[in-house]
Amino acid sequence: MIRALQEVDVARSARNGAGDAQAREAARAKIEVSHLDFYYGAVRALRDVSLTLPDRSITAFIGPSGCGKSTLLRVLNRMYTLYPGHRATGEVLLDGENILAQTMDVARLRFRVGMVFQKPTPFPMSVFDNVAFGVRLAQRISRPALVERVELALRDAALWDEVKDKLSQDGRSLSGGQQQRLCVARTVAVQPEVLLFDEPTAALDPISTLRIEETLQSLRERYCIAIVTHNLQQAARVSSVTAFMYLGELIEVGSTEQIFTAPKDRRTDDYVTGRFG
Amino acid sequence: MDQLSLAVESSHARRQRLGERLFASATLIAAVLVLALLGGVTIALVNGAWPALARFQLGFVTRSIWNPVTEQFGALAAVYGTIITSLIAMLIAVPVSFGVAVFLTELSPRWLKRPVGVAIELLAAVPSIIFGIWGLFVLAPILQETVEPWLIGLLGPLPAIGPLFRGPPYGIGVLTAALVLAIMVLPFISSVMRDVFETVPDVLKESGYGLGATTWEVVWQVVVPHSRVGIVGGIMLGLGRALGETMAVTFVIGNAHRISSSLLAPGTTISASIANEFTEAVGSLYTSSLIALGVLLFLITFSVIAVARFMLLRLERRALSSV
Repeated sequence: MIRALQEVDVARSARNGAGDAQAREAARAKIEVSHLDFYYGAVRALRDVSLTLPDRSITAFIGPSGCGKSTLLRVLNRMYTLYPGHRATGEVLLDGENILAQTMDVARLRFRVGMVFQKPTPFPMSVFDNVAFGVRLAQRISRPALVERVELALRDAALWDEVKDKLSQDGRSLSGGQQQRLCVARTVAVQPEVLLFDEPTAALDPISTLRIEETLQSLRERYCIAIVTHNLQQAARVSSVTAFMYLGELIEVGSTEQIFTAPKDRRTDDYVTGRFG
Repeated sequence: MDQLSLAVESSHARRQRLGERLFASATLIAAVLVLALLGGVTIALVNGAWPALARFQLGFVTRSIWNPVTEQFGALAAVYGTIITSLIAMLIAVPVSFGVAVFLTELSPRWLKRPVGVAIELLAAVPSIIFGIWGLFVLAPILQETVEPWLIGLLGPLPAIGPLFRGPPYGIGVLTAALVLAIMVLPFISSVMRDVFETVPDVLKESGYGLGATTWEVVWQVVVPHSRVGIVGGIMLGLGRALGETMAVTFVIGNAHRISSSLLAPGTTISASIANEFTEAVGSLYTSSLIALGVLLFLITFSVIAVARFMLLRLERRALSSV
């Protein structure tokens, strides 16, 4: 049954994927991870992970809980450096520049690599200020330009029509799905190059999930997107590249079509067919 | 079900109901007792203060003369001293507490967190008489010999704020009292602030950092707005303590019933006057005037709490109205 559902999804993503395949051919590597190890104190959470994330496409990370996919995401914007004892070794190149280098300015890095979290996290301020938050940090910008940027970001997140009359309301007053799209808008507003989504729909209802997925589709043309998800069908629907991780290792990475229909590794096959995980 | 078990059941149910009723009345009595105590204290205060209030009427609040010999009493100097020492104490203690709380929650390496946190809590446990002795014998001489002459030289000649820093350096006075108060309320405000900062979810802070914010930007634009209700609460807690603090202030304020333009001059506060003079008050009018001072302190702290409540209500309503 699950298999059948997946095949429908895969067929659909394969249809979308015709254009993708060409795009992928042309896409250059935006992020190159090589021999990445990660430690929470003494615990090794990532083992020798190497892969590249193509620009202008969506890469999905799947795998059972605790396999390290969120950890990997948190390396890509150096979020882990907030916590003592968390460290990464290896190399992560963003446009050829090693972001793990000590000299990397993490604030500047995070302007370039935005992140949306599992739970919606609107700041305790108005809808407008929520979206303007990162823009104001990143650059000096005139008020009209800021207003325009906020509207653009809200349109990108498919939220503009719903909130254009309540821009001065507290961001926390929106519904859960709207809050999450607000967080997408807030991240997009900074005009980053990479977008990281850490299970962005895990806390949302099906309708809101659909909205977020549509948003993802419309953003793929312009960004390098990485998404961690527990929802295999979501991975199949939205991504063009899928990476399967297990116990801190990257087991297999390939086109979404190949991972779901013809996985090379037995563990990948077991996982995508629902035999474990 | 047979008769016996029915009877057992109903007796059990009756016992249960009785227990419930006893419990309810016990809590009611406790609650009423608080009201009765508050009422009793108020009545006793007003009753004791009545002779003075009847004699001086509004003049008791508007005059600063305090002369036991001629039996002329006005509370203005004490009220002024109470408010000005507390305000200066808050001006010093609030920013420092904020810094302590931010350091402990956001910046401190883990090994330093506990020692500093424990030290703050120990500071809160120091009895106020110790602060008084320390203020008189350690802090006051230092202020008199170095800090105050320097302040007089530096700020005294300035327009506008100059008059606040003129006159001889006594060592004891309004500024010294305010400093001691600031040190005394610091642990309360900073531990409340630390606790409310710790309630801010990590993922909310990460969202700020994720947008390229620095620690300062996350603290100021995410953590503070998220915890403003708690911050106001902590400040009011500190202010309430500063207004009512007696022993330490009595040691270092100089106990002079006058309003001086200079912060370096001796002054007095309501609680310091009462503590200082009650044992030697001769004549019923003198005693009554001291009790009337107590009524004023009661009114001041009551208004502070009322204003705090009002501010919290407004904050909550603003948060709610948008939901």
